Amino acid sequence: MRLAWGPIALWAALLLFPLLVTVSDSAAYLQDVGTTLILAAIGASAWNIVGGYAGQVSVGHAIFFGAGAYVPLLVYELWELPPLLGLPFAMIIAVLFAVAIGLPSFRLTGHYFSMATIAVAELVRIVVSNWPLLGEAIGIQGPATPRGWWDLIFRSSVPYYYIYLAVLAGVLALTYAMERSRFGYYLRAIRAGERAARSLGVPVLRTKLMAFMLSAALTAVAGALYSFKFGFVNPESGIGILVSVQMIIIAALGGAGTLYGPLIGALLLIPLQSATNTLWGGGGSGLTFIVYGGIIVLLARFEPGGLIELWRRVGAAAFARPKRGAADAS
Amino acid sequence: MILVQVAVGGLLLGAVYALFASGLTLIWGMMNFINFAHGEFVMLGMYVALVITWIHGGPEAFVPVATAALFLLGVGVYFGLIKHVTRGPMLAQILSTFGLALLLRYSAFAYFKPDFRTLPESWLSGTLNVGGIYLQNSKLVAGFVALLLTIGMHVLLTRTALGSRLLAVSEDRNAAMLMGIRPDRMQALAWGLSAASAGIAGALLAIGFPFSPEVGATFALTAFVVVAFGGFGSVPGAALAGLIIGLVDQISAYKLGPIYKDVVVYGLFVAILWVRPQGLFGKV
Repeated sequence: MRLAWGPIALWAALLLFPLLVTVSDSAAYLQDVGTTLILAAIGASAWNIVGGYAGQVSVGHAIFFGAGAYVPLLVYELWELPPLLGLPFAMIIAVLFAVAIGLPSFRLTGHYFSMATIAVAELVRIVVSNWPLLGEAIGIQGPATPRGWWDLIFRSSVPYYYIYLAVLAGVLALTYAMERSRFGYYLRAIRAGERAARSLGVPVLRTKLMAFMLSAALTAVAGALYSFKFGFVNPESGIGILVSVQMIIIAALGGAGTLYGPLIGALLLIPLQSATNTLWGGGGSGLTFIVYGGIIVLLARFEPGGLIELWRRVGAAAFARPKRGAADAS
Repeated sequence: MILVQVAVGGLLLGAVYALFASGLTLIWGMMNFINFAHGEFVMLGMYVALVITWIHGGPEAFVPVATAALFLLGVGVYFGLIKHVTRGPMLAQILSTFGLALLLRYSAFAYFKPDFRTLPESWLSGTLNVGGIYLQNSKLVAGFVALLLTIGMHVLLTRTALGSRLLAVSEDRNAAMLMGIRPDRMQALAWGLSAASAGIAGALLAIGFPFSPEVGATFALTAFVVVAFGGFGSVPGAALAGLIIGLVDQISAYKLGPIYKDVVVYGLFVAILWVRPQGLFGKV
């Protein structure tokens, strides 16, 4: 059996990262960037299930992230319960939204689905921004001081880093299992051509809907993880358009519809984003969007498969050439 | 009486919605392609009007300049970007215009600053009293010009040789090619017309409404709702739906408050999606 050295090295680096950076002067900052990176990778991996594998481009995943971020904090605000208990409810609400959007729009073409997700996301954003229960434009807060470990409040970002990493491993393991299941083959058949898939007996509508529900539930987990760490959410950080855009751009940059694409996208984009934020300050958010828009347009125009596809074509070819005989034999 | 005034205002606004939505539906009908940057084209039309006032031009220059500028932009976007992604995966198609929308919106954000702008006073300022109904001249002119141009677009598509060629490409690209029509040129023309319709609508709206670089998102969603309601690919459908949405928009703003007008309009979209996804005149 051949060991996949690339993934092993990647996971080892991710496991050791918070410990390795302790030697640097800005350890806390680097650990925080690492935590943001893993969280972004979770969100993008969740989006990847429906946007990448099924090829149905949702532009409204902020709804599910928002459900994940708001419900746990709401559970605390209303009944003083630990935010963690809100997680299952957040996932249920996200799945219900997915059904409400997916059931009608999946019968139509892929463009219609994208449009429906963007319209519903905007509708939800306006409603949340004007709903007193959800703190309107100001947002809502979680517990200020921990009442026990179950409130998941830590001073350092390292515990969050490892919690997030464990969840990421779980999401990717699920994706890996899905890739190799009948369901995964259905998804790829649908992405390659819906009509052909249907003619071969793939239950297209049900498969797309299930992928969307799974993706929504996992995105809600990402939102909940966000609210545990920050203990605060407002319409912009919870259900703003940037939330959806970031998931899409990270997954597409690395490679939509591949297992490690979203993680690779996050490894590139999040450090870049942290660097530009430090460089341009808070006023640079407009510039960040210009860069995002530029990256998205260039990807769509030249390399819709993302960096993984580029690597397979260019990098792998360059490496494979010397041992061509061995490659043929395998 | 005030309700009549609101309703007339809604119809006038609806005519402008009809104009830019017919541009969106033209592209959909021809290429099965949704332009997520359509609202940004409307926004750019507004800033074209602003720039004209900077160099002391009057509102009479808005429509021709916005037409020329946005037509060129539309053709450029087609040849530079859209042409290369139409045969690609769905992800590339959607990301291309979505990325373009971000790029245009925040470039305007960086250049024109995020502030809300209003155009200076011109010969279109002031109101007109028609039998007790007060109407702003700017909105009256915008509504009528938009209505004329929407009808003009329909006539162009259905009554001229050029329109026949455009429709031939949308019916069957290969058959059109065999008849000696160049699909690329026709599609570029459609993108030019579509962007120009959005730009004109933007320039017309700029006369009467304050605007910022972020208004494009709202207009894009409004255009989606109008197109979904009227039926994808149908210009008369978009025109009628535009008038209805304009009416709904203004009456709900008056009855429920300005925040909730978007909730009503987007809620209507969700309802259409569930009940009649093919719209009033559309085919799926």
